[in-house]
Amino acid sequence: MLTLLIRFALRNTLRHRLRSSLTILGIVVAILAFGLLRTVVSAWYAGADAASDKRLVVRSSISLIFPLPLSYAEKLRAIDGVTQVGKMNWFNGVYIDERNFFAQFAVDPETHFQLYPENIVPPDEMRAFLNDRRGVIVGRKLANRFGWKIGDVVPIKGTIYPGNWEFVVRGIYSGRHANTDESQFIFRWDYLNERVQQLYPGRGNQVGIYLLQIRDGREAAAISRRVDAEFKNSLAETLTETEKAFNLGFIAMTGAIVNAIQIVSFVVIVIIMAVMANTMAMAARERGPEYATLKALGFSPLVVGALVYAESLLLALIGGGIGILATAPAARLVGSKLDNIFPVFNVAPETLWMQIAAAGVIGVTAAIIPAARAMRMRIIDGLRAVV
Amino acid sequence: MRGIPLQYIWRNLFARRLTTLLTASGMALVVFVFTVVQMLEAGLRSTLVETGSPDNVVLIRTASQTEIQSSIERNQSRILSGLPHIATDPSGKPLFASECLVLISLNKKQRRSPANITVRGSDSTGLALRPQVQLIAGRPFAPGSNEIIVGSSIAKGFAGTGLGEQLYFARREWQIVGIFDAGKTGFNSEIWGDGEQMLQAFRRPVYSSVILKLDDRRAFDDLVARVAADRRLTVEAKRENAFYADQSKFMATFISILGNTLSIIFSIGAVLGAMITMYGSVASRVNEIGALRAIGFRRNRILIAFLGESLLLSLVGGCAGILAASAMQWITISTMNWQTFSELAFSFTLTPGIVAGALGFSLLMGFVGGFLPALRAARLNIVDALRAA
Repeated sequence: MLTLLIRFALRNTLRHRLRSSLTILGIVVAILAFGLLRTVVSAWYAGADAASDKRLVVRSSISLIFPLPLSYAEKLRAIDGVTQVGKMNWFNGVYIDERNFFAQFAVDPETHFQLYPENIVPPDEMRAFLNDRRGVIVGRKLANRFGWKIGDVVPIKGTIYPGNWEFVVRGIYSGRHANTDESQFIFRWDYLNERVQQLYPGRGNQVGIYLLQIRDGREAAAISRRVDAEFKNSLAETLTETEKAFNLGFIAMTGAIVNAIQIVSFVVIVIIMAVMANTMAMAARERGPEYATLKALGFSPLVVGALVYAESLLLALIGGGIGILATAPAARLVGSKLDNIFPVFNVAPETLWMQIAAAGVIGVTAAIIPAARAMRMRIIDGLRAVV
Repeated sequence: MRGIPLQYIWRNLFARRLTTLLTASGMALVVFVFTVVQMLEAGLRSTLVETGSPDNVVLIRTASQTEIQSSIERNQSRILSGLPHIATDPSGKPLFASECLVLISLNKKQRRSPANITVRGSDSTGLALRPQVQLIAGRPFAPGSNEIIVGSSIAKGFAGTGLGEQLYFARREWQIVGIFDAGKTGFNSEIWGDGEQMLQAFRRPVYSSVILKLDDRRAFDDLVARVAADRRLTVEAKRENAFYADQSKFMATFISILGNTLSIIFSIGAVLGAMITMYGSVASRVNEIGALRAIGFRRNRILIAFLGESLLLSLVGGCAGILAASAMQWITISTMNWQTFSELAFSFTLTPGIVAGALGFSLLMGFVGGFLPALRAARLNIVDALRAA
């Protein structure tokens, strides 16, 4: 019985080859678009997902553009539970053209890579970086993007810190995990500070944010409170939060855009649902006499309904399967084009599950009305119907 | 020979209501997305273009890109105030203001998520330079006081920013004495107060930017040349409208690339839907087509009739999509502009050009989707068509 049903459904889909292939093509496009949009959303959250729960970010309580004094470093080191302190300044320079945007940070050369064990630097390159004040360590992806090799000089025009800066590539780091950002440009804070002090005497000894490594992730809230209490009522009050909360704060600021992409990713599913439902409605209408014959032969209305559902699901799953297979190569292609916006652009496993679910939902919903019609239809009307 | 009556086309669509409805609603959704993206882009553009006036000139530190990153020392500001071509108000005071800009973090009313808000320290001249900034409640801030006025987008979207409330930042209480509306401009997402007080509170020894009004719009090039020639100055001059338009370039490009990509992908789905419907429509009417041909309608009339049906279908979908999109005009989006790192509110703006573009887009989808099926209908052989079961 079941095999008969499946064979029937298979034969039915093959009867109108053109219509079936157009429908499948539509589903492929929709599932592919859905997968890519979900990947854009997850790329947005990549920074927050890659954050370690053992890192805290200390910034000025007014807003990120206000720096903290250098003297805080020692005070932070003395706070109970803090095992390592790092500095970080956002540089925001321009490499040749504004379109070549990538993240540039001035950091503590000694401690930064201990704070970020997921950024792996070969030991000899690390030594070269520590021995060269103008040295910089770049991510593997960034180095590939601009074709930089070790020893290359990279000129950068400052925006926050004016002037023309030159850095020497001393190392290339690679990420430990798939979601590690491999497009950062990490140079030495002491070099930045030295030049700023020469050019703008008043602006030296300022730190954008402090990064704290803590003993135990569970102590994060208590240590954050301790840090903020330490600097309460000082000239530069602090706001301390986990790295994840800090990164999520950035995402929340562009929340409207993320939400829009999320909504749109579901709109594409609804659009294809309408197309698919239309296909099924047309198929069911044409087969009115056949369904009536089946009923007249004694098959129950449930069998007729199941036939419609089986055909719809078959089309949706074939289309969905092709769409899912095409997602990974398409994401690689899109990711390479958008690497200046999204440093990490990988298809998450959840995305695959959502795609499968979406294909299933399309198949089922498209069949609801046509199946109900076919089941309700009276035999006499079906046999009499002029298509 | 006259064409096939329009009524025939229309009735066909009506006869297969479910199919027509499904196909048209698929198209409506595509047109909706297409229109909304265009409206968003237009809204963003008009917000940032209208923020500035071509008569005003903004001066920021060379290569600093935004006012937030810029710094202009006091002596440079003094040199700039001595430039020629600066307009004066009726009382003879030059229309020249040195301003300080900082970002503070405030919580949105919804979900309490933090956002970066621009705080502009200015003076009465700064207000006079932007006639689009109009107080809608309260009064302007008094010089040398801790009073501030907030833009209407801030007052609407952020907690604790109502008239009479106090904001605490930079270790001081600031009294909100007024709410201003600046039309569809970026100033709506700003907080304004006294410049000297702000410099002290934020411990800034330098201004962020200088703004001045030209007495003659054409004097701009001369001003640029003078600024460039003076070796004591490390500033660059831009017309105010161009300055603000530049600040949205990245976001506008992002929205348009994303939107156009989505529209193209979605329209493939809708075109396939239209194609399926029209092929179905042709297949179920082979006999009718044969009869039409037999009574003398030519092939091209058949082609036009089926193409017309597809175009009509897409027109219905397009109109529904545009109608739904026009309801979006009441919604304001507030998000961070990456280039300035600060909050910017803008709304969806529907222009006649967008409506025309969306209609054209939907008709194009109808044409592409309907052409092949219509061609098949037109090519049918009379005898075969009449004989078909």
